[in-house]
Amino acid sequence: MKSFSRRGFLGLIAFVAFHSPARAATQLAFDELYEAQSVLGLKFTEKVKALSGANVTMRGFMAPPLKAEAKFFVFTEIPMALCPFCSSDADWPDNIVVVYLDEKQTFVQANAPIDVEGTLEYGSWTDPETGFVSLLRLRHAQFGLA
Amino acid sequence: MRRFLATLAATTFLTGAAMAATVYPIDRATILAGSPFDFKVEFAGVVKPEDVKVTVNGQDYKAIFGKEPVFTEKEEKADASAVIIRGVTIAEPGSYTIEATAGSDTKKVVWDVYGTTAAPKAKNIIFLLGDGLSVAHRTGARIMSKGVTEGKANGRLNMDELDRMAFIGTSSVDSIAVDSANSMSAYMTGHKGSVNALGVYADRTPATLDDPRVETIAEALRRQTKKSIGVVSTAEIEDATPAAVVSHTRRRADKADIVEMFYGVKPDVILGGGSAYFLPQATAGSKRKDDKDYIQLFKDAGYALATDKTELATAAASNQPNLLGLFHTGNMDTTLDREFLKKGTVEKFPNQPGLVEMTKTALERLSKNPEGFFLMVEGASIDKMSHPLDWDRAVIETIEFDKAVGIAREFAAKNPDTLIIATGDHTHGFSIIGTIDDDKPGTDMREKVGTYDKAGYPNYKDENGDGYPDRVDVTKRLAMFANNFPDYYETFRPHLDGPFVPAVQDENKHYIANAAYKDVPGAVLRTGNLPKDGDSGVHAVDDIVLQAQGPGSEAFKGYMEESDVYRVLADVFALGKQQLGN
Repeated sequence: MKSFSRRGFLGLIAFVAFHSPARAATQLAFDELYEAQSVLGLKFTEKVKALSGANVTMRGFMAPPLKAEAKFFVFTEIPMALCPFCSSDADWPDNIVVVYLDEKQTFVQANAPIDVEGTLEYGSWTDPETGFVSLLRLRHAQFGLA
Repeated sequence: MRRFLATLAATTFLTGAAMAATVYPIDRATILAGSPFDFKVEFAGVVKPEDVKVTVNGQDYKAIFGKEPVFTEKEEKADASAVIIRGVTIAEPGSYTIEATAGSDTKKVVWDVYGTTAAPKAKNIIFLLGDGLSVAHRTGARIMSKGVTEGKANGRLNMDELDRMAFIGTSSVDSIAVDSANSMSAYMTGHKGSVNALGVYADRTPATLDDPRVETIAEALRRQTKKSIGVVSTAEIEDATPAAVVSHTRRRADKADIVEMFYGVKPDVILGGGSAYFLPQATAGSKRKDDKDYIQLFKDAGYALATDKTELATAAASNQPNLLGLFHTGNMDTTLDREFLKKGTVEKFPNQPGLVEMTKTALERLSKNPEGFFLMVEGASIDKMSHPLDWDRAVIETIEFDKAVGIAREFAAKNPDTLIIATGDHTHGFSIIGTIDDDKPGTDMREKVGTYDKAGYPNYKDENGDGYPDRVDVTKRLAMFANNFPDYYETFRPHLDGPFVPAVQDENKHYIANAAYKDVPGAVLRTGNLPKDGDSGVHAVDDIVLQAQGPGSEAFKGYMEESDVYRVLADVFALGKQQLGN
């Protein structure tokens, strides 16, 4: 994966400080998160289970931020445009990943793929601050244009 | 609140009164005799209970309805009073004038309570709803599927063979425009509603599940008949259109509650997507906020369960009385993705049935009931692909929908006591204006658009005769455009990598053109003509074309509204008369 730019995201947001540029990160793709055939419940892949707690990188899109300034954002496989009549706010795709940063920042729509690097965590978890339920998270994350 | 005040001002202007109450059901409501509904009067201000006077054809409403009203002095967020009586019925057909007064606040409405014929005209009704089905979808489906030469169609759609038709006006109680929820609700209850509402008149209180209810066709069928009920959709089964068959909520987004309402009515056959709202919250992928396991509850209630095409075939032959098929956690994939391109979420749900298989299975199951059935079939993604301006997917969905109409027609050929209706719930601002020819010189795509005599004919082929063009990315294809859009990159070609996402939201909650398409050869930025908070194309206010065949279809003609269509359904099934005997 490309190394992250220190100049920030589109030059508009202050970038999270780069903690450990040398650490090895395993690439993880959105289509490697869940086993197929999950009408009766999603099942994590062996790869996700094996990488739990490890440093991974993923490529995808930043969804429209829930709040302008936050410590987290929703990370999706394809760009999201929630249609007011086809979806309610609850209708995120199944395979979202919630990205948690160490510090709050103001998000800007990159309108392009981004790479996120962080510590993978899986299993249902409810954010005590927002009530947002997630199945997969990248913690202590950093991101930049892909 | 702002809308309420605006309504108030308009009403005041019309009546000349100082203040005016709102009465539900609304003025000019058409009500099936004997069908239960909630009666509500919302006064414009705080009134005293002893000042409230309501009459029905001059008589006190308590005597006519046989129930005591519940008086609320100050409604939440309204700072005004209301009375409500739930579950009232009017047995005798006729004109009913309701006058509600409290001090200077007064409102008069007139209802038309209708009866039906005593004997049903048809045993079965198959109601096929192409969500967002506009005239251009039909034209595009005919051209792509059948072809056209020297001005003459080389074949006809199944819809083209339906005998009778009507134009359907779709406006809402609160708006000239409509959405899938209240349009289908009007078809399925006979009452016009407000945008986003299902089986209720939208009242002014914030709670979404307490609004005054009207009876759905599924409830009427359970009350008056022993017919079976089927609900089939390619959307989440708790999405607006299928939900309208059974549901009561001000907000179509109450999907977890809608699953509970399906469970309450228990349609005999339920096939579609949307399993996420059936799973208890502890299950990964659940979208419920409680521990209810509706998969298990439906199984315990005698439903065979199918989760893919193979299981659907097995379950169809099972001895269990009912059938629940859930083939996706969300909306099912489109035909183009499922059968041809393998994009979208097909990798995760590789064995989804299509609308044709689901319709066939539903008919096999439902037709076992000697009392007959009501089957609703929705081609959901005609709309779901029209919103994001993905016209190729929307037209291929229309071909699939038309094949489901064909299955219904095959059934009716053997069972002529079947009324078939094929219609839409709203239109899209979508038109076909000619062709796009890649072989024209240059790189400027707009110069490759052919209009009038320069359009000629597209070169789609269907060599395997499956009714679908072998490919949509031919060198000379239909030029299909929207008349309304957010900022987006027009690529003048099909989106083979997955459904189109025209715009993405920025940090100011404005939708901007999705840059993923910026570098597609020939792509041009079109600056939107919709408000910047709009993410996609919108519903048009244009009329819908409804088509029908079979007993009772002669009632469809001229201009009608969805609520008039319900009246035809009720009459064809004689829902004014109880048929629960032996």
